[in-house]
Amino acid sequence: MGLDIRLPIGMLFTIFGIMLIVFGLFSNPALYAQSLGININLAWGIVLLVFGAIMLFLGARSMFFSSRPAATPDPEGREPRH
Amino acid sequence: MGLTTIDWVIMGVYFAFVLGIGAALKRYMKTSMDFFLAGRSIPAWVCGLAFISANLGAQEVIGMGASGAKYGILTSHFYWIGAIPAMVFVGIFMMPFYYGSRARSVPEYLRLRFDEKTRGLNAVSFATMTIFSSGISMYAMAKLIQTLHFLDAPFRALGLPQSWIFHTGIIVSALVVLTYIYLGGLTSAIYNEVLQFFLIVAGFIPLVWLGLKNVGGWAGLKATLGPSYMHSWVGMGNPHTNRLGVEWFGLAMGLGFVLSFGYWCTDFLVVQRAMAADSMASARRTPLIAAVPKMLFPFLVILPGLIAIALPTQAPPIINGPQGSSVSAPAGQGLIPAKLDATTGQPVLDNNGHPQLDYDLAVPNLLLHYFPTGILGLGLTALLASFMSGMAGNVTAFNTVWTHDIYEPYIRPGAGDAHYLMMGRMATIFGIALSVAGAYLATRFNNIMDMLQLVFAFVNAPLFATFLLGMFWKRATGHGAFTGLLSGTFAAAIHHGLTLPENAIPGIKGGWLAVLHTYPSEMAQNFWTAIFAWTTCFVVTILVSLFTKAPEESRLVGLVYSLTERPQEGHLSWYKRPAYLGALIIAATVMLNLVFR
Repeated sequence: MGLDIRLPIGMLFTIFGIMLIVFGLFSNPALYAQSLGININLAWGIVLLVFGAIMLFLGARSMFFSSRPAATPDPEGREPRH
Repeated sequence: MGLTTIDWVIMGVYFAFVLGIGAALKRYMKTSMDFFLAGRSIPAWVCGLAFISANLGAQEVIGMGASGAKYGILTSHFYWIGAIPAMVFVGIFMMPFYYGSRARSVPEYLRLRFDEKTRGLNAVSFATMTIFSSGISMYAMAKLIQTLHFLDAPFRALGLPQSWIFHTGIIVSALVVLTYIYLGGLTSAIYNEVLQFFLIVAGFIPLVWLGLKNVGGWAGLKATLGPSYMHSWVGMGNPHTNRLGVEWFGLAMGLGFVLSFGYWCTDFLVVQRAMAADSMASARRTPLIAAVPKMLFPFLVILPGLIAIALPTQAPPIINGPQGSSVSAPAGQGLIPAKLDATTGQPVLDNNGHPQLDYDLAVPNLLLHYFPTGILGLGLTALLASFMSGMAGNVTAFNTVWTHDIYEPYIRPGAGDAHYLMMGRMATIFGIALSVAGAYLATRFNNIMDMLQLVFAFVNAPLFATFLLGMFWKRATGHGAFTGLLSGTFAAAIHHGLTLPENAIPGIKGGWLAVLHTYPSEMAQNFWTAIFAWTTCFVVTILVSLFTKAPEESRLVGLVYSLTERPQEGHLSWYKRPAYLGALIIAATVMLNLVFR
């Protein structure tokens, strides 16, 4: 199929990561009594962002390398890289 | 509970992506092959994650957390015994016939191998079961939304009655799944399943991390809960010395062999994901790739249940009774509240007069306990994702089996491809409509898992005998397979009708004919029902086959082991060879069993 699933996954996790990081930075610290005093939004937001960026990178790289004859989406040309 | 704007935005973004993937794939859906089998173009790792995610529905995330709270680490048998060996087997030994034959579905394989009536029987029972399962998934989701009260405030603000929350949950989940499958077919379902897989993992890792930190890690859990919760094999010698109430033989044969192989090796819901792979090698690797996360899932879905029951018991919550009255519930255990009757609002008591616990709330309550707003949105999205992936798996399996195995052969043969593509889309719509009806029927059992196991036992348990003989014994005939299947299902029903779990009332739990035998637990009864069904089917198929005319060997090439060339895999690097992968996975599973014995 002409859509590399890593791109939407990467995008979604990048968006979630950024949202949680920003929210974690500006939210009331009292909120985190519930999560054992850990700013879980900030911490987990960073993890999500890193994961999202890796997926975006992998997806973009395979798009760049394999879809040069982009006019016809060719399922055979996109062997998975791992 | 406090949901704020950010939680709603996270859920909104998720829904936008799910629907967006469907919309982006719409233009690739040109033939029925694209719609039903994703054009056989999906890479192995994507199929593998979808394979696992389609199974990661409500019964998994909520049900396994519930079982974790109820049975402890013993629940891991549903993974290490009840899934991994069968997943390895289907990848190495059975996929060559599914993928290599011209079959587009599991029932179609039965037609090629046996005959029309065997296919018809399997197609109809399978289609019914998918509708039922997707209905249960939808019901569980709507129920959960209602129980967590996170729509209460918005509904009040809009002036809508609270009783509409349940209906809204059903309608919205149905519409979302409908839209993305209608647009993008199996590809859309698979892509969304992969997305959902990562979301579920992303939502549950922080939960387990915080929970374990809070209860003092593994040692803390052990100290609080005691040994009966913390071992997977100790006490399995006798049904009365372990929490499952099953002895090792019933477990290994019933769950590990009959039920597990019946599900992973013959259920089109999962097999369809592998059939969508881009090559034979990828199709064979699909279940093996799926086995790796499956092996590790106990830590993600069972531990939350254990943590929930290990935490100090919470003060009884004030709950909304019927007609808006507030009643105080009896105390539960840990974070798990007492179960309340859906209609009266009164606590449900067991035979000894003790309140039963609502184990299905273990995981949701743990989310609410640890997650502040922000990540709470992510956690709830992960839960919604798990419900939807389970539902979507059933819906795509249903629309394929309906179109290829019921509509095409029996209702309208010989129509053009465009017609069947259209019928696939229609089947998506009425399949979901039927599931909605099913959702309103599913209300009986405390533990969703037990209910699914029961349905399984009747329909799926005999199936694996049919496939085993079909694929590995060329003498097996269509008449043999058909009578075998019928008598297997019949044996299951009779066995269920003649036995009863301890302390249960004859009726839906069994014993509706007479009570000849009492099992120590409902699970033991389920496992033994499956063993009886399988054995009956196996024996009857062999006997009837021997008395009927042998099938022509020329017709069986590519369908039976002894008449089919082995797939060539010499050109693959070692880590892509199914046999090596399978051996590694089995070795790792044995290790896990030893560590957590």
